[in-house]
Amino acid sequence: MKEFPINIKPFGQRAVLVEWPNEVNESILNDILRFVDCFQQLGLPGWEMSIAYNSLTMVSAMEDIDFDLIAEQIKACHNEDGSQQLSKERYLWKIPVCYDAEFGLDLNETAQTLALSVDELIVQHTSFQYTVFGIGFLPGFMYLGGLPSKLEIPRRKEPRLHVARGSVGLAGKQTGIYPQDSPGGWNIIGSSPIPIFNPASEKPCFVSVGDKIQFTQISRAEYDLKRIEAEVGILRPEKHKLDA
Amino acid sequence: MLKILKSGFFTTVQDHGRFGFRSIGVPVSGVMDDDSSRIANQLLENQTDSAVLEITMTGPTLLFEASTYIALTGAFLSPTLNNEPIENYQVIKVNKGDILSYGKLQNGLRSYLAVKGGFKTQKVLGSYSQYYPVTMKKCLKDGESVDFEETLLFNPAISGLKIDSKATETVLKVHKGPEFELLSNEAKQKLFNTPFSISEKNNRMAYQLAELIEPHKNSILTSGTMPGTIQYTPAGRLIILMKDGQTTGGYPRILQLSSESIGVLSQKRFGDQISFELI
Repeated sequence: MKEFPINIKPFGQRAVLVEWPNEVNESILNDILRFVDCFQQLGLPGWEMSIAYNSLTMVSAMEDIDFDLIAEQIKACHNEDGSQQLSKERYLWKIPVCYDAEFGLDLNETAQTLALSVDELIVQHTSFQYTVFGIGFLPGFMYLGGLPSKLEIPRRKEPRLHVARGSVGLAGKQTGIYPQDSPGGWNIIGSSPIPIFNPASEKPCFVSVGDKIQFTQISRAEYDLKRIEAEVGILRPEKHKLDA
Repeated sequence: MLKILKSGFFTTVQDHGRFGFRSIGVPVSGVMDDDSSRIANQLLENQTDSAVLEITMTGPTLLFEASTYIALTGAFLSPTLNNEPIENYQVIKVNKGDILSYGKLQNGLRSYLAVKGGFKTQKVLGSYSQYYPVTMKKCLKDGESVDFEETLLFNPAISGLKIDSKATETVLKVHKGPEFELLSNEAKQKLFNTPFSISEKNNRMAYQLAELIEPHKNSILTSGTMPGTIQYTPAGRLIILMKDGQTTGGYPRILQLSSESIGVLSQKRFGDQISFELI
């Protein structure tokens, strides 16, 4: 038996929602990843899988699915031995961030609100490994968990109409990177030169759910250099195997 | 080649969308009105997922630089070929140098133009569908060209169809969504017994409804969404996600539109009325 109970719900004509207990918890995420591994090994074609925190949304390419049949297959996978290793490698990605005031539009104000110096804020932000609990909302947008409570700050009262791609922000219990130019209400503290989403690449998003992210501080000069490397396609983020 | 002399309000290349990238947050995209697009392709005996032009509200002016056959379906935008009126749901021969243009929107909102063999642009992540930032541009621009293969002769099995416009349909068929039970009895009453109208905020990502239902304080952990998911904001607003809609969201998902009803809704514009019926 798996560690946590699940709830299987129909979601329209072509999707099934599988829910784990309603909390943000790495053991639950691991359970979901093991479940996805098992389901994918059944070799059923045409399922899209979207993990977000405690849920898995499974969307079929077929118009009408047989919910009872698929629910049986889901239960069978859920009852599999939960101790086996995941088939996919997981990685810790080191993501460089330049915290210069030019990019960190809200850096000073955020540090003030949090009663930290700017340097302390940067040390806090770069000291932890954040777990990727989901990718969604925008292509390549990561839901990261594990932010220290010292960095929890409400969203901006007025969202910006334009936040630049690469911007790194803080909001509530979350930190993250804007993969595209978009409107947004997060407090912007820096910018990363790493393109998180690249549709021309064989793997358009190098990060997978279950991976971890750690930010590292770079200078403005390093940022400019890495931007050029990114533009010509030779910038690769540093990665380390997890579970090793 | 098809030369876009004038692009109109919002004209895009669309097929059935890109499948298999939900796990990295890529929306499915694809034609908003599946039935209309499928019929246009069927009339031309194309693969049903061949790429078509999706034309919204104000039509483009298009120059055919090669001969082919076309079919127009969906909304009726008073189309003309070389200034002669033409009808929807017919197989029509066009010659090199012909100009297709559109006039007044008579019904619906989205019209489809299919050519024999389908349009051929650059596929991105397995699909021709335009969706920025997966594709470089969000829609076609004046002066651009879209490729298709020339067809000089084609004998269609059927030359045309008499199809009633979906523009008169106002009932959207819905399944209960994962958080349906968060609705109070009063909210359910209002949801199924009163009409709603389309707000000015409607596009390929989402349709917002103008009328609010009861406000609420429920929140959920961010979870999966898809085209047809109806989100219920704390203010009581209903947001219906469409083909370019986000893959995850944090609002309760109270209803899920049937696939057919996504097509019906996609032909509605600002001010039109709809109502919901549980399947």
